[in-house]
Amino acid sequence: MPKPTTIIFPSMDVRGAASGGSATSGGGVSIELDSVTKTYPGQDVSAVEDFSMRIEPGELVMFVGPSGCGKTTTMKMVNRIIEPTSGSIRIDGQDVLSLSPDQLRRHIGYVIQQIGLFPHMTIADNIATVPRLLGWSKKETSARVEELLDTVQLDPAVFADRYPRQLSGGQQQRAGVARALAADPPVMLMDEPFGATDPITREKLQAEFLRLQADIGKTIIFVTHDFDEAVRLGDRIAVLSERSQIEQFDTPAAILAAPANDYVASFIGSGAALKRLSLMPVTSADLSFGAPASGGKRPQLDPTATLRDALDLLVVTGAEALEIVDADGTRLGCLTHAAISAALTQSSPTRGAGPAAGEGVHR
Amino acid sequence: MSTLTSPDVGRRTTGRRGAVARVLAAPLVVAVLGLVTLLWLQSIELDSIEKRTLNTDYLVDRVREHLLLSLSAAALVALLAIPAGVLIHRTNSRVLRGVVLALANIGQATPAVGVVILLAIVWRTGFTTALVALVAYSFLPVLRNTLTGLAEVDPATREAARGMGMTRTQVLRRIELPLASPVILAGLRTSLVFAVGVATIATFINAGGLGDMIVNGLKLQRYPVLIVGAALVAGIAILIDWVAGLVEEYARPRGL
Ligand SMILES: Nc1ncnc2c1ncn2[C@@H]1O[C@H](COP(=O)(O)OP(=O)(O)O)[C@@H](O)[C@H]1O
Ligand SMILES: [Mg+2]
Repeated sequence: MPKPTTIIFPSMDVRGAASGGSATSGGGVSIELDSVTKTYPGQDVSAVEDFSMRIEPGELVMFVGPSGCGKTTTMKMVNRIIEPTSGSIRIDGQDVLSLSPDQLRRHIGYVIQQIGLFPHMTIADNIATVPRLLGWSKKETSARVEELLDTVQLDPAVFADRYPRQLSGGQQQRAGVARALAADPPVMLMDEPFGATDPITREKLQAEFLRLQADIGKTIIFVTHDFDEAVRLGDRIAVLSERSQIEQFDTPAAILAAPANDYVASFIGSGAALKRLSLMPVTSADLSFGAPASGGKRPQLDPTATLRDALDLLVVTGAEALEIVDADGTRLGCLTHAAISAALTQSSPTRGAGPAAGEGVHR
Repeated sequence: MSTLTSPDVGRRTTGRRGAVARVLAAPLVVAVLGLVTLLWLQSIELDSIEKRTLNTDYLVDRVREHLLLSLSAAALVALLAIPAGVLIHRTNSRVLRGVVLALANIGQATPAVGVVILLAIVWRTGFTTALVALVAYSFLPVLRNTLTGLAEVDPATREAARGMGMTRTQVLRRIELPLASPVILAGLRTSLVFAVGVATIATFINAGGLGDMIVNGLKLQRYPVLIVGAALVAGIAILIDWVAGLVEEYARPRGL
């Protein structure tokens, strides 16, 4: 048996002993791209031009942009599936070009749209790929496989010995995520991982993924062409245009509230205000607006719901206000249309600054 | 396998009766063929020339020569053509691959008799020449199947393997070769059966084998000799194809 997990990123040694440890060991490292350019051989225009970005440890950054804008190319330079033409990329301060590509990739989780499970290996063997490359013991590896199957909600007793083709698309995608997480890499690269699944499965996978990320806190680059997915999942979103130019790089709320330019605004599409409301908990509105219920019964809502849920309930029930009541039955206040509008207005710091901003608040 | 629910999966377990019939068909045909030939031989008078040929010692010798020639040709082809295919695949050169595939097609169209006899004329007669001719002849089909099998591996599977940090050699051994193995084995099976047939020609260059019986039977107008020789070649070809088919089925990676 070869030596255990090699420490490849400096701050990883804190967690180095966690090989075979828990799925929740967590923690990420920073990723910095510095003037990265990629020109494919025989092409006049670069696929990625002068791309610079710093991603903080544990951050989930979404690359969103139209097909062909260079999202995949940008992402694949991080694990050197594609070699940059110029510029530098550092993970945890370490220049990736100074590491052996194979060693580097064993410490970066990688999920592609086509999933790419090995069809001739069982799900367990698929997930065990990187631990085996790293020379983990049999016991560590199988314990880890079992744990990961649980994490992605695939019953080990049922799925461990199945072959990929015996799984549905959504199940395969979960297995793909489990495989990428196997050696507990601090960095994950995900290229439209939920793109090929139906809308219902996709929403479910997204929700599970968010819960998982809340536990493990990896540094993740997540590529998508679906802006709603970016809003739903991302800590920050980079809106990209041709040649991977960054049009705006900010939190979903900030981008929705104040798109930097027409390109970003058009990418957000219609319903920006509703999308913003879906990011705001009801508790972010002023719950002292409006009088307590006088006789008539009002609809009730949990404080963990979003303002969008609240608006939905208001529209559906036709009530003039909602009662916000927590799980213990304690009344926190009531919520009106006016309070929702006010919350929206308050949360747009640069309201009126850009041409599209006014539109963003428009109902 | 009883817990499997996906419709695709049953393919290997359903139709068990059909599978059994398929497995038993070839040996049954050969047994019937052998029995009929034996009964027929019992029913006729053999003259002295025929008796010299149609006895166990002579038959065993011819069969041994024939098998030695065809099996060693197939083994050499496997040893040479598969690694050659892997090397060409690893150059990643489309041009080279195209040239090899074109050559393989031309090679297929060349008559085997021509190759064997030409080689005997320019070199010498005997077993080695027959072996070299057979290897040269079956080399290109196996090479072609190796190239095709490797090229057919889904690029996403390959990329996932590279993306997880497998070296190129690990990708080849753990992913590409197993996934290409059904196509490669199919090529080997074809070339093996083929070698059994073409080895009949070896008699023209004094390399022995069952071709001796066929040619002598014709020359001396001793049809029992000709027929037994032909029946033996056919029987061996069917049985070898049958065994190769079983190996193919057995060696096929599960999950495909
Ligand atoms: N291997 C390649 N060789 C040549 N051009 C490529 C290659 N991969 C991508 N491109 C080109 O680079 C540009 C960006 O592609 P890509 O990064 O795949 O975009 P996205 O992921 O945003 O759809 C496109 O114009 C595409 O045609
Ligand atoms: Mg892409």
